[in-house]
Amino acid sequence: MERDEIFSKVRDVLVESLAVDEDEVEPTARLTTDLGAESIDFLDIKFQLEQVFGFRVEEGELFPDNVAQDQGYVSDGKLTDKGLSALKERLPHADFGELETNPQVAKVPEIFTVDAIVRFCETKLQASA
Amino acid sequence: MRWLWIDRIVELTPNERLVAIKNVTMAEEHLHDGAGALPIMPASLVVEGMAQSAGLLVGHASGFKEKVLLAKIQKASFEREAIPGTTIRYDARITRMDAQGAATEGTIELIEPQSGEVSPMGRVDLLFSHLDQNSAGAEFGESNFVFGEAFDTLLRLSGIETP
Repeated sequence: MERDEIFSKVRDVLVESLAVDEDEVEPTARLTTDLGAESIDFLDIKFQLEQVFGFRVEEGELFPDNVAQDQGYVSDGKLTDKGLSALKERLPHADFGELETNPQVAKVPEIFTVDAIVRFCETKLQASA
Repeated sequence: MRWLWIDRIVELTPNERLVAIKNVTMAEEHLHDGAGALPIMPASLVVEGMAQSAGLLVGHASGFKEKVLLAKIQKASFEREAIPGTTIRYDARITRMDAQGAATEGTIELIEPQSGEVSPMGRVDLLFSHLDQNSAGAEFGESNFVFGEAFDTLLRLSGIETP
């Protein structure tokens, strides 16, 4: 599947799940701060991507699970170097640019841009091809 | 039995499908609260009926260990209204489920009392969250306050084994 087609399907999922307009779903848009996603929307998006693309997404594969509860990863509300490295390894599709300069746990959801979701789907589809 | 919006579970295929019915009666006060001249079952309570049907299906899948909460109404559309004497039939199916929650699709049908005729009434798709699996790691105690005594009675009346 070509990247444009993947983007188009991801955009449809986000429009449906987050009740946003198509033109708001730009590649650099963040799911939370730009498109208004809340925590439950991440589960919805994951389910819809599985349905649309036909692949299975394991727990913690697309979005992080319980990062803030891991004492080795968090200190004073910020990700430790170890935590940041672990997240980057587990979520290679995410956009870590701003989180690296300001690693607050509360900012973790902002690493998910539309482009990050497209990258994730692209990798999953390539792996299953 | 307050706030139970289904009367009986009539079919259960674990992890897949649950069918429940509700008989609409003239004695229900909320039927008379609408703006129109005729008493009708409010759409919000029909959505709640589907949420209870689908929620029981999702809860049953974990042996009622998970606290299953309605998190999102994905779709809710109605083409008919239920009036006293009719029976509402909720047909809920799980489309996706994992440790964090489940997505369900549901069709709603209306059964006429005299003819037995069945007609489509609407569709409600829902998303449920398993509360204890929340990403913030918040804790909500051992007791499953979602599936209380009323649900237990409903399950027993329907011949379904309770935990």
